[in-house]
Amino acid sequence: MNNNKLPAWINVLLLPLLNLALALAVSALVFIAVDVNPLDAAQLMIEGALGYQEGVGYTLYYATNFIFTGLAVAIAFSAGLFNIGGEGQAYIGGLGTGLVCLLLGPSMPFWIVFPVALLAGMAFGALWALIPAYLQAYRGSHVVITTIMFNFIAASLMVYLMVNVLKPEGEMSAVSAVFESNAHLPMMHDILGWFGIDFVRSPLNLSFFLALAALVLVWLLLWHTRWGYAIRALGSNPTAATYGGINPKRLTVIVMLISGALAGMLGMNEVMGYSQQIRLGFVSGYGFTGIAVALIGRGHPIGIFFASLLFGILFQGGNELSFEYANIEREMVEVVQSLVVLFSGALSLMLVKPVEKIYLALTASRANQANTQEA
Amino acid sequence: MFDTIILLLDATLRVATPLLLLALAGLFSERSGVVNIALEGKLLGSAFAAAATSYATGSVWMGLLAGMATGFALAMVHGFASITHRGDQIVSGTAINMLAAGLTVTLGRYWFEQGGQTPSLVGDQRFQAIDLPLAGMLQDVPLIGSLYSKLLSGHNLLVYLAFALVPVSWWILQRTRFGLRLRAVGENPHSVDTAGVSVTWLRYRALMIAGLLAGIAGAYLSTAHSAGFVPNMSAGKGFIALAALIFGKWRPVSVMFGCLLFGFLDALAVRLQGVEIPVIGEVPVQAIEVLPYVLTVLLLAGFIGKAIAPKAVGQPYVKSR
Amino acid sequence: MSDSRPNQALALELRGIDKRFGDVHANNNINLQVPKGTVHGIIGENGAGKSTLMNIIYGFYEADQGDILVGGQICHIPNSREAIAAGIGMVHQHFMLVDNFTVLENVVLGAEDGAMLNVSLRKARKELQRLAHEYQLDVPLDATIDELPVGLQQRVEILKALYRGAKVLILDEPTGVLTPQETDHLFRILHSLRDQGVTILLITHKLREILAITDNVSVMRQGQMVGHVKTSETSKEELAELMVGRKVRLKVEKQDATPGEVLLSTEKLTYTDSRGVDMLKAVDLEIRAGEVVGVAGVSGNGQSELMEVLAGILEPTKGEVKIGSNRITADTPSSAKLVREMKVGHVPEDRLSMGLVKNFSAEESAILGIQEQPRFNGQWLSKRKDITEYCQGLMEEWDVRPRNPKLRSSLFSGGNQQKLIIAREVDQDPDVLMIGQPTRGVDIGAIEYIHKRIIDMRDQGKGVLLVSVELDEILALSDRIIVMFDGQIVGEVAADKANERILGMMMANVIPDELKQADTAGEAL
Repeated sequence: MNNNKLPAWINVLLLPLLNLALALAVSALVFIAVDVNPLDAAQLMIEGALGYQEGVGYTLYYATNFIFTGLAVAIAFSAGLFNIGGEGQAYIGGLGTGLVCLLLGPSMPFWIVFPVALLAGMAFGALWALIPAYLQAYRGSHVVITTIMFNFIAASLMVYLMVNVLKPEGEMSAVSAVFESNAHLPMMHDILGWFGIDFVRSPLNLSFFLALAALVLVWLLLWHTRWGYAIRALGSNPTAATYGGINPKRLTVIVMLISGALAGMLGMNEVMGYSQQIRLGFVSGYGFTGIAVALIGRGHPIGIFFASLLFGILFQGGNELSFEYANIEREMVEVVQSLVVLFSGALSLMLVKPVEKIYLALTASRANQANTQEA
Repeated sequence: MFDTIILLLDATLRVATPLLLLALAGLFSERSGVVNIALEGKLLGSAFAAAATSYATGSVWMGLLAGMATGFALAMVHGFASITHRGDQIVSGTAINMLAAGLTVTLGRYWFEQGGQTPSLVGDQRFQAIDLPLAGMLQDVPLIGSLYSKLLSGHNLLVYLAFALVPVSWWILQRTRFGLRLRAVGENPHSVDTAGVSVTWLRYRALMIAGLLAGIAGAYLSTAHSAGFVPNMSAGKGFIALAALIFGKWRPVSVMFGCLLFGFLDALAVRLQGVEIPVIGEVPVQAIEVLPYVLTVLLLAGFIGKAIAPKAVGQPYVKSR
Repeated sequence: MSDSRPNQALALELRGIDKRFGDVHANNNINLQVPKGTVHGIIGENGAGKSTLMNIIYGFYEADQGDILVGGQICHIPNSREAIAAGIGMVHQHFMLVDNFTVLENVVLGAEDGAMLNVSLRKARKELQRLAHEYQLDVPLDATIDELPVGLQQRVEILKALYRGAKVLILDEPTGVLTPQETDHLFRILHSLRDQGVTILLITHKLREILAITDNVSVMRQGQMVGHVKTSETSKEELAELMVGRKVRLKVEKQDATPGEVLLSTEKLTYTDSRGVDMLKAVDLEIRAGEVVGVAGVSGNGQSELMEVLAGILEPTKGEVKIGSNRITADTPSSAKLVREMKVGHVPEDRLSMGLVKNFSAEESAILGIQEQPRFNGQWLSKRKDITEYCQGLMEEWDVRPRNPKLRSSLFSGGNQQKLIIAREVDQDPDVLMIGQPTRGVDIGAIEYIHKRIIDMRDQGKGVLLVSVELDEILALSDRIIVMFDGQIVGEVAADKANERILGMMMANVIPDELKQADTAGEAL
């Protein structure tokens, strides 16, 4: 993959940052095209996302979603699988979480609803990944295509369920009933309040900690366990993995289940935390953003954390922009996001050769200088 | 009853047209070895460009040209990433889909201030229906007359173009030097390279054709099928076309039947909305909507026939040592 | 060099060709003269730079320096198109054919006349019929490639080159995939091509072939041309010495074997691959304690499948494998993990694609296959420190360099990678060690060490199964040699009765006379 002769800090830090800078530079051109000064916009976005408590709350709330979907893409990637179906898995996962909240909410206390809702979300998400996973492993159909198909199937299924089953009598828009209060995830301002810390109201909730825990667990799984070893071996070289006693088919299914479960956790934030009801289309592209997050995060949990923050800032900052500028709406964020995917993902190799050249030239000239000084 | 069927089939043709253009676009690119999940974005981008240009110039032809140019440009971005720089074809395709979705609305909002829509197109800003010769006269002949005048006649130019392109595509692939090389490069690019033919240039040309065809599909969507651009109006057609491409096993004529089938399902879903069917009751629209996806998954799984993709599809070409 | 030989004009000449890949000096100031209408052999070990040189002549790579002269004219050959235009054709080691195209389509691809296919195909059909007649190159023109056996596919490659008007034909290791009969036929074709004035460049590392067919030989070693000789004036020994750079000592010091109990055996072992081809046909085999069993054969005759079935990577279709008290059949589950637990070690033939994971660190590659052992794992987390120490230990014992467990596996040289893999497998103290191509792409020093350790294993009472395409290696290490042909074991010889000629005949499925007598003698008793 990267057989270049660059030191690790260039490969791991400089190149990704350069790619990101390129993406942002091209994004700036789009801002200019719609008559917005990109520097003003950037300043406004950063202030809007990080400058005050509510903004920070929103930023982290978005980041929570991206951590889940980013990890889902990344773990599949490390096994050599491109799970493009995070969108559908998150959608169905959220359905699972929501159903538990609707069913158990009226009768059960929070400490029962919470774990069951979490597990249901993960199970539903995993289930939605199961068929594409099985077909990839045992029938040879490509997981990219089948997960795309399953995104659409999920969307249609949800429309049907929302409109025909979950919508309460007399409700006009396609939403479920609002959950009972014991099926709400505690909000961050409440949690901090228990410790006597004042934090302004925002959608940020307990699931942020779930996301952080997921980051740590995935990191441990991939780099500090025999199962992670097997996953990475499968991703790097399936033949060697088979030689090493790993069953690639079974592992493919397992990894996709984990991936789907991670995507399914998005419902904890969106459904149980934020909206406290199931709404049509609540995933709204977060699954795809997960691809961008995994790409700039280079599939590593630490990278994914920062990439999620970055996209949290973009989304929240994008909201601020749309208040300020008539020309800008959420779609502008999508443009930036697409350029990040393009430069950090598809064109990630573009800068390797030139950077290598510059680096070698610099080290050579430094060596020369050292030589002449010695002489 | 007969009239209903005619109407249904008529709608099928209209809906199948953009699918067919897109699927042919996908066929050229995938037979050359480039997976084209960017069809959706190319469709959306060119639909916007076509509608905007047609509105601005008052000529649907300029709109068509702009649509094709946009499809072409996006295809070149795709090629630059996945051919020149050997990036992941899926990732670059995803980027293009996102880019088109975001950029069309952003620019549309800025230019037209209608929430991302273009103003409605009227008159020469749209493709008009064409009556085939004698359609009026034959109208009253039973069966054949109404088939001819109601089903075959009265579509716009692009519908006829799309279906005419099916034999043309077949002919290009099977009967020309370019077609032979294109098929070869999707199966074994090394064979083409060692024969002294540039893999890069071949794949670029395949993507160019794909871009132009997707551009026509986009123009059809916003200036023929509809009267203007609406945000996200592609609504997954790019992926349905991809499904039809797989369903048709990457062969032009079979792909056409795949598109007609999926177009028919779409038309049927619209017609069955809220209709009680004896015994079954009301069929949920969504159940019909998902059929193309379900069928494609079943096909991919080998439960109904077997779809074998071009061997080198999805792999960037690297000269091996 | 300066004396002009007017009646022997040069078809191809190289002057000072130089090529580097990063730090690797693949071709170092190469000079070569190939007279018209001759068969010229280029011989050298794996990695000597032969293929790079041929790829430069064919325009696949561009040389950093130097000139290529075709027919006395300096040619700039930046790509294959220019090479073809200059009259150079090449048959690659891995065929460059489109599997689902017909022979005709494959030949025409890239050499079409005009934009319409019909015209080209018609013309090509006529021309190919002529070529087939002239050079004994019969191939069914309308068959698709995947229907044809390898030997015929190779003929399609030759036809492709001739159809493009090749005057110089390069063949890169053409016999590696051929049966001896197919090889003979190929040589006949090459002779008749030469007699018609085609110049042939034959790349190989097999001395036998060079002596059998070439007029002149050039020897490459470590990126350099180290000698040009007339075939009629040289010998196998001289060529081998030139290739390796010093006297080759092919004899390995060893005592006679004292075989003990049977450790691993197979009974009617059959394996059918996904295409439905029987790659193993009712193989019966025994490996005893304290012996090295060598498996000889032209590559592709089932040796790889035999190893992989025995190692649990492939599942048998019929028959059974007995390892100690365990049995593996089509109905029992089998995996590399299970077989390893039966104390069978496996050094795979292709180390880069199977024996290690290129972008894993050395220490991670050092536990491939044993990654689940308790000594490397706690209940949940792996013991990273113990893994590092383990790898460090292996590196010390086997002198793997550089001695850095954290270094990426791909950054070690072939010999050091191989030592690490063998070290890992030997360290498991298996009862049976299967080892494929132990010294492919490995430097001389490491070869001797690896050979010594294989004999050590045997002397400790282990059973060793050795698969190698190098007959020298088989002869030097084995106590018993079995020969595979077309998925079957066609014969067995004791090592002290075997020589290259006998094995060569058996690899061609011809039973040598001396063995026949032994057979009948056995029956008579």
